[in-house]
Amino acid sequence: MLKRLVNLSLPLCGIGLALLVWWGASKAVPDLPSPARTWEESKIYIVEPLAKRGEMDQGIARLAYYSLLRVARGFLLGIAIATPLGFLLGVSSTLTRMFDPIMQILRPISPLAWLPLGLVLFQKSEPAALFAIAVCSMWPTVINTMVGVRAIPQDYWNVARVLRLSKLTTFTRIIIPATLPYMFTGYRLSLGIAWLVIVASEMLTGTPGVGGFLWQEYNSLVYAHILLAILTIGIVGFALDRLMGMAETRLRAA
Amino acid sequence: MPFIEVTGVSKSFPSKRGTRHVLQNVSLAVEQGEFVAIVGAMGSGKSTLLSMLAGLTAPDTGTIHIGGEPLREIRRDAAFVFQNYSLLPWLTALDNVRLAVGAAFPELSRDEQRTRARRTLEKVGLGNAIARRPRQLSGGMRQRVAIARALATEPRVMFLDEPLGALDALTRESLQGELARLCGEGDGRVTTVMITNSVDEAILLSDKIVPILPGPPATLGSPIEVALPRPRSAAQLAHDDAAAQVRTHVIATLTEAVVGRAQIVGRALSGPPSAPDRARSTIVPRELRTAAEETS
Repeated sequence: MLKRLVNLSLPLCGIGLALLVWWGASKAVPDLPSPARTWEESKIYIVEPLAKRGEMDQGIARLAYYSLLRVARGFLLGIAIATPLGFLLGVSSTLTRMFDPIMQILRPISPLAWLPLGLVLFQKSEPAALFAIAVCSMWPTVINTMVGVRAIPQDYWNVARVLRLSKLTTFTRIIIPATLPYMFTGYRLSLGIAWLVIVASEMLTGTPGVGGFLWQEYNSLVYAHILLAILTIGIVGFALDRLMGMAETRLRAA
Repeated sequence: MPFIEVTGVSKSFPSKRGTRHVLQNVSLAVEQGEFVAIVGAMGSGKSTLLSMLAGLTAPDTGTIHIGGEPLREIRRDAAFVFQNYSLLPWLTALDNVRLAVGAAFPELSRDEQRTRARRTLEKVGLGNAIARRPRQLSGGMRQRVAIARALATEPRVMFLDEPLGALDALTRESLQGELARLCGEGDGRVTTVMITNSVDEAILLSDKIVPILPGPPATLGSPIEVALPRPRSAAQLAHDDAAAQVRTHVIATLTEAVVGRAQIVGRALSGPPSAPDRARSTIVPRELRTAAEETS
């Protein structure tokens, strides 16, 4: 009982301390709203989370929903490309040697750099945002799937050979199940990156969503709403990671 | 003409300290329906020999013929049981067996494949555990699934790589009996080559024992017939004179090779040769291990 109380109260203490620092900072910087003022000015977005009053002036849940939808589409596009690519690179060392340098060069490029290229390529902001999300978030999935295929024990390959399994059966009954845990680790990391990218791309393209809202409120000098957006981004990102983590654990246990 | 005929096979692998010669000039003949046990110390190249017979690796020199044809790839009518079971952990016992059935008999419907897999599992005494995954099975049960997987394809030839090597002594004994029953039943007996490090297991199961003389490179000793009536049981063999003779013969062949090698090594180390004292080697281990263990 006491242990549970401590387990519960320690994170609360941490949050309390963070709020204290925030409050202190707001005393020092006049433009930074205090926690209380942030709550006061953002209340309407939280109490009416699904309200739609205008293009950007919408409840926080609705804004987060737009962002999540965009992330989901970009992420799915990304892993739809990344998973087969990972399998190919895992099976063939020739392909790995061929594409590894390109991958290492493309991997560290920031979403802010991809986005203008996407705008040039697709002319519209929405496909450009999806492009940036997909191209930034795919790498962990490519690499993890590749490593997963390489980590398949020799025993399983021997089973496939001895039973004379066809290529297709070997792929569906041995390679995929053996690689699945690695793939999911990749998906989890990819989703984390996709969520990071969404905000940047919404800020630049000005589309409705948490990131677009943040940028607009900065331009309208409503600083409390910036903090609201930041907190929302953090909480949603945390929830996404937890959900993927849970899926991953279930998969490993199965 | 023997069903399996190995002639002058050698195999070596590249290693950090140059080429490692594992097997040299190995010849072996196995008749149709015969059960041959290859007995030797761990790391003497037994597994290499077996994987060449199975078509998993190709020999450097020499030829292997099975059923009159030169062996080029893994045969459709061959089955393999691995020492470490090699079951797929994400499939149930039934699906592990069904995977093999499906590959061997693609013309059967899914239901027929499943029935065949279930029947084979019942035959090895796992009728109640077909829905369990390998993780939920004991070591002995896992190896039963692996044996069922091999039997379910109705092979003409089976290769058993220390099939009971990873089991505890009691489980091992009960599975030996089971294996004797499974391999001995039916009219057309399956030609079987088994690797083992237990002389008693070889006597219980086989028609012919081929000792593998440790190297490197290892060579095969001359085969020893096991002319004992079947069915055999471990308890009965323990007191059987004929069995004792075979045992002594096999162990003598194996230890002579080991002692002979030790003398050469000893001489090289200590300089002047000393008189060999074979009378001192009265304690004869049933499961032999040699200095060549690290090569396994």
